[in-house]
Amino acid sequence: MTVRTNDDLIIDESTLILGVETSCDETAAALVMGGYDVVSSVVSTQVDLHAEFGGVVPEIASRAHLDVLNPVTARAIVESGVEDSRIDAVACTVGPGLIGALLVGVSAAKSLALAWDVPFIGVNHMEAHLYAASLEDPTLEFPLVVLLVSGGHTMLVEMQDHGRYRLLGQTIDDAAGEAFDKVARFLDLGYPGGPAIDEAALLGDSEAIKFPRALMDDSYNFSFSGLKTSVMNYVRKHPDVSSSDVAASFQAAVVDVLVAKSRAAAKATGATSIVLGGGVAANSLLREEILDGCARDGIQGFLPSRAMCTDNAAMIAAAGWHRLRSDGPTPLSVGATPNLKLPFID
Amino acid sequence: MGLTLGLLTQPTGGIHVLILGIETATERVSVSIGGHEGVIGLFEVTKGRRHAETLVPAIEFVCTQSGIELDEISVVAVDVGPGLFTGMRVGLASAKAIAQALRIPMIGITSLDLLAFPCRHTDRVIVPVIDARKGEVFYSMYRQVPGGVQQVAEPAVGPIEDLVADLMARSQDVLLVGDGAVRYRNEILEGFHCEIGGDAHPSAAPLVQLAHARALREEWVNPRDIEPVYLRAPDAQINWSTRAART
Ligand SMILES: [Zn+2]
Repeated sequence: MTVRTNDDLIIDESTLILGVETSCDETAAALVMGGYDVVSSVVSTQVDLHAEFGGVVPEIASRAHLDVLNPVTARAIVESGVEDSRIDAVACTVGPGLIGALLVGVSAAKSLALAWDVPFIGVNHMEAHLYAASLEDPTLEFPLVVLLVSGGHTMLVEMQDHGRYRLLGQTIDDAAGEAFDKVARFLDLGYPGGPAIDEAALLGDSEAIKFPRALMDDSYNFSFSGLKTSVMNYVRKHPDVSSSDVAASFQAAVVDVLVAKSRAAAKATGATSIVLGGGVAANSLLREEILDGCARDGIQGFLPSRAMCTDNAAMIAAAGWHRLRSDGPTPLSVGATPNLKLPFID
Repeated sequence: MGLTLGLLTQPTGGIHVLILGIETATERVSVSIGGHEGVIGLFEVTKGRRHAETLVPAIEFVCTQSGIELDEISVVAVDVGPGLFTGMRVGLASAKAIAQALRIPMIGITSLDLLAFPCRHTDRVIVPVIDARKGEVFYSMYRQVPGGVQQVAEPAVGPIEDLVADLMARSQDVLLVGDGAVRYRNEILEGFHCEIGGDAHPSAAPLVQLAHARALREEWVNPRDIEPVYLRAPDAQINWSTRAART
């Protein structure tokens, strides 16, 4: 086995990277060429396994990742139509995420890299979300404001350049998707909460109930815990209320805050676009309101496809390509870091 | 029951099979390479519990020190549990990935088999006991047969009192091995007179020895057919705080 240095590596438009993602409840593998060209992308979701519990059960997630990771990886390679001997590097999420789930992917991905004798790249899952949009529109220009909203994260990031991010704000309690999950569970609308609320809201009146907007003055931080509590209090006091009206009014309160803060952030940073990422970015009201707000502010609103918003391995391979260029390979002694932070500037 | 683990093999006319053994089911991380000449490389650490950080560099190290390229390996053997879930999955995920990448078959052996086999030179009943946390242990029972051991009780998980009750019901001369036996030494000895000894953790050395015998009989499987032995249903506790930590 040879020791590799950065000098041995030529990373260019033909560099083919296998991405692996197992940080939460999706097992994914993808092949991406040159950091932008998605050759294949396979996602196996465990959502059905967790549905009866109304949230992701870590041990169930870890077991499922171990069961399906080999076939998912094999399918990504077969669908790409290239021989695995063509793969130049293996990238995998090393955090943030559920520790047991992360470790399945990290162990497998490092082992594939060792067996194929190619570099390994440990990828920050949040950084990968920031790259997801550029996979669908490589012409996006910096600086960008990215609103990342999912079951695990809610943050507003200024992307100044590759690897240069400034954290503008984040949730101080629940993630947006988590608030959707909890409210949907409370209203008996099903799991996952995002799509369930979205669907119920279509039949409801978003102005029926005036839920509080936690704007928290001029900060870009978010808080959804108070909103969740007032939804629960309202329903307890008004047991006959239509759950569609509650869903619509709750969703409007969340979206109002997300959009207002994203627009303010774009103005303050001089960003040319607002980009959505994360599972909650599939929410139809959020997509509509972001586009509408951007049009009014004369900037671009970019909405990646649902497949690229939710967890996938193409974004891991893409972020891995940029990291390999800037930092070189990650040592095989790396583990997983459940609360891994983005390397923010400032 | 009745599965025999042993070194007795058919004469094979010089088939050269190299086995990579991976063992991470307890606190130990153990990697071994071996073939017809026995174990030729072994790496082992039994403290630290940094399985994911240690394992892949350990595989690389054993290969380098044994002068063997990974692509010379013909079978990957792995401890399939029972054991600590997160640790054993690190070994299983690595082993399956290597077998998949090299397009070679796998052999899975339980941690209880691996604890019992090195104790085969006793005529007592061998009882491997692995700490399962939460006051419980994984355990099974074996007896000596020519060249190896034979399992005489299905692997089980339960509180230490269940194990002691099982031992008393059998009232045979027993040898207990494993980290569970060490941890609950006092509780066991209070209830039942026996010896606690041997290596407290399974090792990749007997894994490679046992897998070699099976490989010569071509008793191997496709990596996707390797089944972890958990013996315990998942704890269905939703970890909202862990999810929130992702932000
Ligand atoms: Zn995500």
